[in-house]
Amino acid sequence: MELIEINNVTKRFKTGTIALNDVSLKIAKGEFVFIIGHTGCGKSTLVKIIYREEKPTSGEVFVGGVNVAKIRNRKVYKIRRKMGVVFQDFKLLEKLTVYENVAFALEIFGLKSNEIHTKVLKALELVGLKGKAKNYPDQLSGGEKQRVAIARAIVNGPKLLICDEPTGNLDEETSMEIMDVLKDVNALGTTIIMVTHDTIIVEKMKKRVIELEEGKIKKDYAKGKYKRENI
Amino acid sequence: MKIFRMLGRDIRDAFHSVVRNFSLSLASITCIIITLFIVSISIMLSAIVNNFANNVKKDMTILAFLDVDVEEERIKEIKTEIEKLGNIASISFDSKEKIAKQIIEESPTFKDILSGYTDEDNPLQNTYLVKVKNVEKIGETAKKIEGILNVESVQYGAGMVEQLLDVFETIRVVSLFVVGALIIVTIFLISNTIKITIFSRRKEIEIMRLVGASNINIKIPFLFEGVFLGLFGSILPVLATIYGYTYLYNRLGGFISIKTIELIKPSPFIYYVALLLIGIAIIVGSLGSYKAVKKHLKI
Repeated sequence: MELIEINNVTKRFKTGTIALNDVSLKIAKGEFVFIIGHTGCGKSTLVKIIYREEKPTSGEVFVGGVNVAKIRNRKVYKIRRKMGVVFQDFKLLEKLTVYENVAFALEIFGLKSNEIHTKVLKALELVGLKGKAKNYPDQLSGGEKQRVAIARAIVNGPKLLICDEPTGNLDEETSMEIMDVLKDVNALGTTIIMVTHDTIIVEKMKKRVIELEEGKIKKDYAKGKYKRENI
Repeated sequence: MKIFRMLGRDIRDAFHSVVRNFSLSLASITCIIITLFIVSISIMLSAIVNNFANNVKKDMTILAFLDVDVEEERIKEIKTEIEKLGNIASISFDSKEKIAKQIIEESPTFKDILSGYTDEDNPLQNTYLVKVKNVEKIGETAKKIEGILNVESVQYGAGMVEQLLDVFETIRVVSLFVVGALIIVTIFLISNTIKITIFSRRKEIEIMRLVGASNINIKIPFLFEGVFLGLFGSILPVLATIYGYTYLYNRLGGFISIKTIELIKPSPFIYYVALLLIGIAIIVGSLGSYKAVKKHLKI
């Protein structure tokens, strides 16, 4: 069954730039998909349209059966609660501890403290940071920070996890550690869409890869078919 | 239950946020403190002026001097006639004998002069002291009393009274205007200060939106934060109002400049002013932060 269905989506910015040009795409439940391409090819815009940070100029974007392109700004939170988003710059609150950063995403739902406690510890365990719950972000390495961000994104048990260049700030070894975490998350049934320009990782992971060029899908590689061009 | 839990967390977070962003909070708090000081002083001054005006109004009396040779019977008739005029609060009567006694007690010189007269041929006039309900119409009422037969003349400080009333009215309007203007200016000032606070925390708002916080989820902690800023900002002005005014009152013995202007008794007056200040602080704080946070949400 499809979790995401994108039909003929075009995004034209006010400046006149066309970021996406008639893109259609389907992603099934439980899939792990990479979106790659050169800077400015529209890969970030594509995921922004999925988590409804941007509205497409035309076309339909179904996430779990809901056309998110038609959702009003003040209703966006409803779909955000069903997905997690991870960024290159982690977006952690420096003044909160690791535990508080993760709990932050649950407190707005009004969960009981003991429920929050259980869920946060479970998420931290999954990303391998249970021992650092009381640390502050500035006491963590880049890889650890990204793990906190992933824990925050999945603590709510979302069906979809969107990662926008999650390894962009990390060295190769740390990046692979993050990929291991994402693999674990994916194994639990969460669909993952990851935007990246790190083709080494993409090749190693052997997952479905969608390559964008100038706002269009250049190629859609099936699982394990992607090979880096030898430069 | 869920809602109380969420509100409880919002209040806790708002409190933490005030403490965590202390330097910026301090700016808002200072701003509230200064305004509340000025508002407090304006409120107290206008209250004192109002109180003074009311006292003066209460004391305003029309003196109606009767003809020297008026009969006992007629004196009573005049009283009923005055009562019928309307706008009369109270009437009291000073007989010429009583006035003579008062004068003799107060001044030895007059004692000598008046000792030459008996009660019967005393040259003083029987007098009605009339207090009116509506002081603004005191002139009109005095004129009507003067028109009554056997009333020789009336006195109520014509001209002076009207002028004084005008001055009071002007002071009242001006102080109200000043307080109103100050409150509006403070709302804008605080809104701007909190806008800076929020601007420095737009990452927090962004993350809240990302993890699925609704607009209300985002707004409420900031709203409480405004309330806290207001409450913190009101502490000093409230203490200064309560202790400062009580000190001044005791120091001056309850009056300003040789007993002309009577101060209002501190209790419960200062507590009302304190409550009003806290109320203003809360409203101004929450309104300011509401205005500020609204700008940062895509609605």
